Amino acid sequence: MVQTKTQFGYRRHPDQDRAGAAVAEHPVVVVGAGPVGLSLAIDLAQRGQSVVLLDDADRIGEGSRAICFSKRSLEFWDRLGVGQRMVDKGVVWSVGKIFHGDSQLYQFNLLPEEGHKRPAFINLQQFYAEAYLVDRVQELSGIDLRWRNKVTGLEQRNDHVLLTIETPDGPYRLHAGFVVACDGARSSLRQMVGAEFAGQVFEDQFLIADVKMTAAFPTERWFWFDPPFHAGRSALLHKQPDDIWRIDLQLHPDADPVVEKRPENVRPRIARMLGHDKFDFEWISLYKFQCRRMEKFLHGRVIFAGDAAHQVSPFGARGANSGLEDAENIAWKLDRVLRGSSPEALLESYHTERSAAADENIRESTRSTDFMAPVSQQEARLRKAVLSLAKETEFGKRMVNGGRLSVPSTYDTPLSTADRDAWRGGPRPGASMPDAPIAAASGQPMFLTEAFVGRGAQFTLLEFGNGAAIDAPEGVETIRIGGDHGLADTRGLAGTRYDAEPGTAYLLRPDGYVAARFRHPTRPALDAALARAAALNRGLS
Amino acid sequence: MTLSTSSNFAKPDDAFRAIVEAHRGLSEAQSADLDAALVLVLANHIGDIAVLNEAIALAKRRMLDASQQQQQQQQ
Repeated sequence: MVQTKTQFGYRRHPDQDRAGAAVAEHPVVVVGAGPVGLSLAIDLAQRGQSVVLLDDADRIGEGSRAICFSKRSLEFWDRLGVGQRMVDKGVVWSVGKIFHGDSQLYQFNLLPEEGHKRPAFINLQQFYAEAYLVDRVQELSGIDLRWRNKVTGLEQRNDHVLLTIETPDGPYRLHAGFVVACDGARSSLRQMVGAEFAGQVFEDQFLIADVKMTAAFPTERWFWFDPPFHAGRSALLHKQPDDIWRIDLQLHPDADPVVEKRPENVRPRIARMLGHDKFDFEWISLYKFQCRRMEKFLHGRVIFAGDAAHQVSPFGARGANSGLEDAENIAWKLDRVLRGSSPEALLESYHTERSAAADENIRESTRSTDFMAPVSQQEARLRKAVLSLAKETEFGKRMVNGGRLSVPSTYDTPLSTADRDAWRGGPRPGASMPDAPIAAASGQPMFLTEAFVGRGAQFTLLEFGNGAAIDAPEGVETIRIGGDHGLADTRGLAGTRYDAEPGTAYLLRPDGYVAARFRHPTRPALDAALARAAALNRGLS
Repeated sequence: MTLSTSSNFAKPDDAFRAIVEAHRGLSEAQSADLDAALVLVLANHIGDIAVLNEAIALAKRRMLDASQQQQQQQQ
């Protein structure tokens, strides 16, 4: 069973003894200590902010819930100092197989190329991820994590938010410069700001079971349409650490949840799937899902992230991963605004970028869900045609949709500077930085993402050497590949992945997204790109 | 590319006949299955989402016209 600490105590805080006008003031309060809130708090603290992190419970939730963490999430966690621990515990995978009936339709590899520090995905129970993040929080002095602190009231003022917080010792209040609501799909803060959360509810029910067994199945994602053990529906099998397997079974829309969830009813179904009954249940849950998002992720000084802001179906691993992308997106922006280095207008780009990503995630996961559970006879007919064509055609295989797995969005954003030079490849402005194997000046092999982390995940100029180094603007770090004292592109892959020529330079944002790129950058062009990426062109408020 | 609506077959009757004959002897449900597969195969052959969308719009417009005509006749 779980070795990590999952139960935490409530402790009275001196803030609770302050009354009336002497209410404690904090620059930023994060609500919800799930993966998103914890990661955000760590990122902010590492950037030098003091963060109050509130959670209404006093323990890490049970059940594995989210299990697939993407390469992008692992790269983010590397920046937070917890990536390696997640990967060491997690199950690494990149191959998925799709079956129809009892025959395999096709298989895919999500990371077919070498030379990346992190795999396409790891599977890891959410409670492990949360426990490791809590451990990291406790190493940092900048985070004040308060368990059993439930926000019950929220008032927006001109320059702060007044929060009322319920505790076992009764209520207290505090002032927050900004509040980030990471309090999940049933977000109470969302209700407090009066925001709608409208979207599409899917009628089909899914049963999720985590079972413990030792089995010789490979570490791959297996998805079935109409399997022999579960006729007419779909099924998913996926490995997690500790010999736990995630099983996802689509049920009939009018199946009775109470009856279906009973272990004596679930057991024979899974025994047929596995071919034996030597397994134990760890967790069983039955759910219907919804795809929806808030219209605005910013409500005055309250910012919404993760499931509180958007919800998707689970096929595609787009829930927790998109929440983590929210966290890395807002962290550096909030840090700059709190320091007075950027105007509050910078925060608007969080809504622009992440609401578009939420739309993309909802679109992708809705398409997967519709393919798995066709809503009309004609949709079912088209799906049947795709599945049968997939047996003999390549195009049919690629049309089969058993979940399109999470990849980071490319942002169409006012923070980007449009390309002016000619490019044949490489990440365009708004895309996340691809990794590549390089070598340190000492000859020690390393990865480009490590070089970025090593420079503190700040605005960074990635240069491909050509004589003298560029005179980078103040506050911008430099990664130099090639040239006399630079890092070496030992296998030429950095150059290929960035479509580099001598002199090529990329301006990377603190979240590792490309802000601008140049064949031959000039200082004025860099200054302008930096000003745009930090929203300085919008004027300091 | 845009959708071509000029006549592309040297012998259009052969093309129409080939499709009709493919459906001969099939039940309604089998015919519908055949059409679904055929649409997907042809759509992939076209391989251009803009052309596909134009084709869908053209086919749908024709259906809308037909239902409007029907409504007018009923009036």
